Amino acid sequence: MARKLLLEHINVPGINTYDVYRSKGGYASVEKALKTLSPEDVVEEVKKSGLRGRGGAGFPTGMKWSFLAKPEGVARYLVCNADESEPGTFKDRYLMTYIPHLLIEGMIVASYALGAKTSYIYVRGEMMPQIRILERAIAEAKNAGFLGKNILGTGYDLELYVQPGGGAYICGEETALLESLEGKRGNPRIKPPFPAIAGLYGCPTVVNNVESIAAVVPIINEGGDEYAKLGIGRSTGTKLISAGGNVKKPGVYEIDLGLPAEEFLYSDEYCGGIANGKRLKAVVAGGSSVPILPANLFLKTANNEARLMSYESLSDGGFATGTMMGSGGFIAFDEDQCIVRNTWNFTRFYSHESCGQCSPCREGTGWMEKVLHRLENGHGKMSDMDMLVDISKKIEGNTICPLGDAAAWPVASAIRHFRDEFEWHVTNAATAVTRNYGIAHYADPLVIAEKAG
Amino acid sequence: MLKVQHTSAPVEFSEKLLAQFADKVSRYPEGKQKSALLPILHDVQAELGWLSPEAMDKVAAYLKIEPIEVYEVATFYTMYLMRPQGKYFLEVCRTGPCCLVGAEKIMDYLEEKLGVKEGEITPDGLFSWRGVECLAACGFGPVLQIGPEYTFYENLTPASVDQLISDLTAKANN
Repeated sequence: MARKLLLEHINVPGINTYDVYRSKGGYASVEKALKTLSPEDVVEEVKKSGLRGRGGAGFPTGMKWSFLAKPEGVARYLVCNADESEPGTFKDRYLMTYIPHLLIEGMIVASYALGAKTSYIYVRGEMMPQIRILERAIAEAKNAGFLGKNILGTGYDLELYVQPGGGAYICGEETALLESLEGKRGNPRIKPPFPAIAGLYGCPTVVNNVESIAAVVPIINEGGDEYAKLGIGRSTGTKLISAGGNVKKPGVYEIDLGLPAEEFLYSDEYCGGIANGKRLKAVVAGGSSVPILPANLFLKTANNEARLMSYESLSDGGFATGTMMGSGGFIAFDEDQCIVRNTWNFTRFYSHESCGQCSPCREGTGWMEKVLHRLENGHGKMSDMDMLVDISKKIEGNTICPLGDAAAWPVASAIRHFRDEFEWHVTNAATAVTRNYGIAHYADPLVIAEKAG
Repeated sequence: MLKVQHTSAPVEFSEKLLAQFADKVSRYPEGKQKSALLPILHDVQAELGWLSPEAMDKVAAYLKIEPIEVYEVATFYTMYLMRPQGKYFLEVCRTGPCCLVGAEKIMDYLEEKLGVKEGEITPDGLFSWRGVECLAACGFGPVLQIGPEYTFYENLTPASVDQLISDLTAKANN
């Protein structure tokens, strides 16, 4: 059984309340940090831990913190990115729902490290129940003296607020999030300047994902070096993986980074295998924006080594044979699922969510969506696949923010690995259009046998 | 394109709503009150059911910003409703993972059950529905949510949709 750092107490009744959370050792990291460590010490511990941003980019968190400009007389801000809306990803919702004080505790320690006097948790608007949960928890923490003026008599002041979004995936991009927090449309900003120099209200700002902030709590409690002992190589610590799609046991799991992918998918401790006795066809390992992998390449790398759930192993071989850890949004596709239809569905999502600021993204995602829709509906041409790859290349890398890349990679990878199935849709148009809720008629040779037992 | 037509009756905000506005504005530095725009629009929509041009104009006046600044925000974010909906507005997740486990069947069933297409309101004014993009509950799909509390209903089946519609109808009639 792997070590649980974030979810250890998740099943304790009442853990969402201050009293129970405190009785399980909650807020110890605030006491330790504020009373015995300097802000620089806290940053140093996080650097030592090797923690990498858990929202998807995987950038070292301690390094990001150390970039924060600290001019005298200018406010600094910590903003938590809780705008979780990457298809396949639901770990942050889970954390905020069941153990909200863990996030608040992490926010206090991180704010102290960064010298922020006001911090915001930007939660996607659809998560109103979680917003209410967080606001109640913030009130409890304030009551207990962990927020407000002169926290624990240390002279440190911090106000923490929850900000709802309005329903826009693009606001998960950090500069779009800051625009939204300033009461504007969520149009990403051109970088540089990075938020560490000019972020919220033009002030130095750090934006971190919910899971990254929560991980600060065990890092401070146990020390960065201890945290770095978990995991593998540069993928240190634990990671929350949200498993959905056609797995037997969907849910949120905390794994030690480096867990074999096969074990994650098939063992009873985690996903328990593929639902309904079906076989595995493909996997999206890190949220819908990362390249899709056929079953064989998900379980084994191109060198026939076991694929591990780590940043490096998942990206082994680049996009030709690998993918990305991303946000940890794990989606399994069983043998019945139609890859063409799913690619169209994902592309419709990106087309819908493009903010429209950059032409390649605004026009390109809509164009890809239309071509995929006609392929899915039996009106495609053999030349469509090359055209889709061409459009995806023209979007990738040519936009202000990574939404363009996020839209391009699923299409390019689906055609790379499942071109036969796209071609089958063109040559078997009449069969392909049968209204069947996305169940594939095409039998994929890459589908692998379900594990016995 | 949004056509702002000032045709509905003048809007009055309740004392409760105005108190919520003041609380929201207090969360940001002086002069940065525009940051309260998104939270305030949620509050207005929760009370009035949608954002009429008159309501948006009043929000602009309250925050001391131009009406266009409110319109451009309200039309950018999908949660803000630019026209009235049914008393219960059902939003079904239509994105990848939910579709793998039957979201499209649920949408078809909802259309059949309610007798109205996506975006239409039932004759009794009780229900309308639409498909929305990922609701970040991918392990519990198919899911739908109902504002203004945004209550979640997970692992939907035709039987649980029947139960939900019947519960909401009974609630509205009591």
